Amino acid sequence: MSDYNQNMIEKYRGSFLKEVEANVEEGDWVKMCMQCGVCSGSCPLGPHWEHPPQEIFMMIRANKREEVLESSSMWMCTSCYNCIARCPRGLPITHIMHGLATYAKRLGLQPKEQPTAKFAQLFWDNLSKTGRVNELKLGLSLYFMNGFSEGVKTSLKMKDIGLGMMKTKRMSPMEFFGGHKCKDTKGFQAMLKKAQELEEARIGKSGS
Amino acid sequence: MAKKSYSFYPGCSSQKAASSSNYQVSVDTMCKELDIELNEIPDWNCCSASIGYAGGGELPRLALSARNMALSEEAHPGQDIVATCAACWLSTKETQERLHNDSDLLAETNTALAEAGLKLKNDKKVRHMVEVLIEDLGYEELGKHVKKPLEGLKIAGYVGCQTNRPFGIAGESFENPKYLDKLIETVGAEACDNYEKKVSCCGGALAFSEPEKSQALIKDIIESAYDNGADMLVTPCPVCQMNTEVYQDQINAKYGTKFKLPVVYYSTLLSVAYGKSAKEAALDGQIIRAKQLEDIASK
Repeated sequence: MSDYNQNMIEKYRGSFLKEVEANVEEGDWVKMCMQCGVCSGSCPLGPHWEHPPQEIFMMIRANKREEVLESSSMWMCTSCYNCIARCPRGLPITHIMHGLATYAKRLGLQPKEQPTAKFAQLFWDNLSKTGRVNELKLGLSLYFMNGFSEGVKTSLKMKDIGLGMMKTKRMSPMEFFGGHKCKDTKGFQAMLKKAQELEEARIGKSGS
Repeated sequence: MAKKSYSFYPGCSSQKAASSSNYQVSVDTMCKELDIELNEIPDWNCCSASIGYAGGGELPRLALSARNMALSEEAHPGQDIVATCAACWLSTKETQERLHNDSDLLAETNTALAEAGLKLKNDKKVRHMVEVLIEDLGYEELGKHVKKPLEGLKIAGYVGCQTNRPFGIAGESFENPKYLDKLIETVGAEACDNYEKKVSCCGGALAFSEPEKSQALIKDIIESAYDNGADMLVTPCPVCQMNTEVYQDQINAKYGTKFKLPVVYYSTLLSVAYGKSAKEAALDGQIIRAKQLEDIASK
């Protein structure tokens, strides 16, 4: 278990709601949920959530810390914003789900083989290197994220789509060798590093 | 109408040989016809779309869009920021709103931006290209440029999620926005009035990480278009376009369907109706060819 997780357990012992309010993006909205369930009923991947958003909100108040943070639920969010548009209380549900996912990942509690958690990390690593997404490298790293042999299998399965994209000039093998990027990569990376430091200082994670 | 100028945020997928480079080609063609000048934000960066959250916390993600806005303020004072990608538009607009409502976050963001020699005032309007078309030009003006009405075509307007929620287009409803149908009618085609999947989700970025779950959603989006007699889908979003076009073969293999429905951007539709060539309208960027539009373009 990470030190950071241990610190947080001790700091907020007995009040997961307070922990969420203080550490999760838009977390102070959680207490406003009135359990109507419109969010859960509006979610395109609703049936695939271990605990749909409405349930997550109640579980936070009921101190179900590990059940929430170790759940694959938040990683089902497609960012369609249906729940935000329909919530009668105006909760920014999409952002809260992203925030819970970020927090679970920070604590090291997200399900280890969660594909969206892995893909989202690959996406971030890809863009933060040069300032712009390299779609070819992102695609390849996605196919190979579960090891070499599965990667070869996935690549073969996706071959026709790749060929179609190349034929229509919507993908280029040349992207593998460099590709698009920001000119001021140095300033870009310094900015991200500073933003990260400031945030870690605020959430008490620095040095851990 | 006099020339209109905007500070343009194209986004990663619009770059040369990227997945929506065809969108960019047709947008350039459409804007040239309509006398819209797009000034690219110098050295813009990725907005991290809606999927950066596993690796990036709130502040680093806000800093991404803040850098783009600061660069725009510096290079194009007085010009609204315009994005063509739904996710680019949404991320930038969300950042603007959050920094507007939280002065501590704005101060921290500016501390981070200073590392790149930048400062954000955060006083620009952030708009989607569709807003420019219907608010700054209007349907009447858009219709005046039509040289080849797309008569006889029936088109399902697939609005999708992120150009529609949570901000959407002013005056439109979240559940049944009409602007895409109106654009279809403006160019002389028939819109599928009762297209049930108009604002349904295609899975977005989860089409990559959860292909089976997303393809089930995409199947319903295509099926409903066929049920409504559509010849093709039209969309304002690069992720919607890609997801609904490129997976049709895999869906056919899994579900035994026989989908082969072209999915085009509104800018391709307008370019063809404005009498431009297939190449200018980026019809060569279709993996599923839009044969009917090719025929009109070559007439």
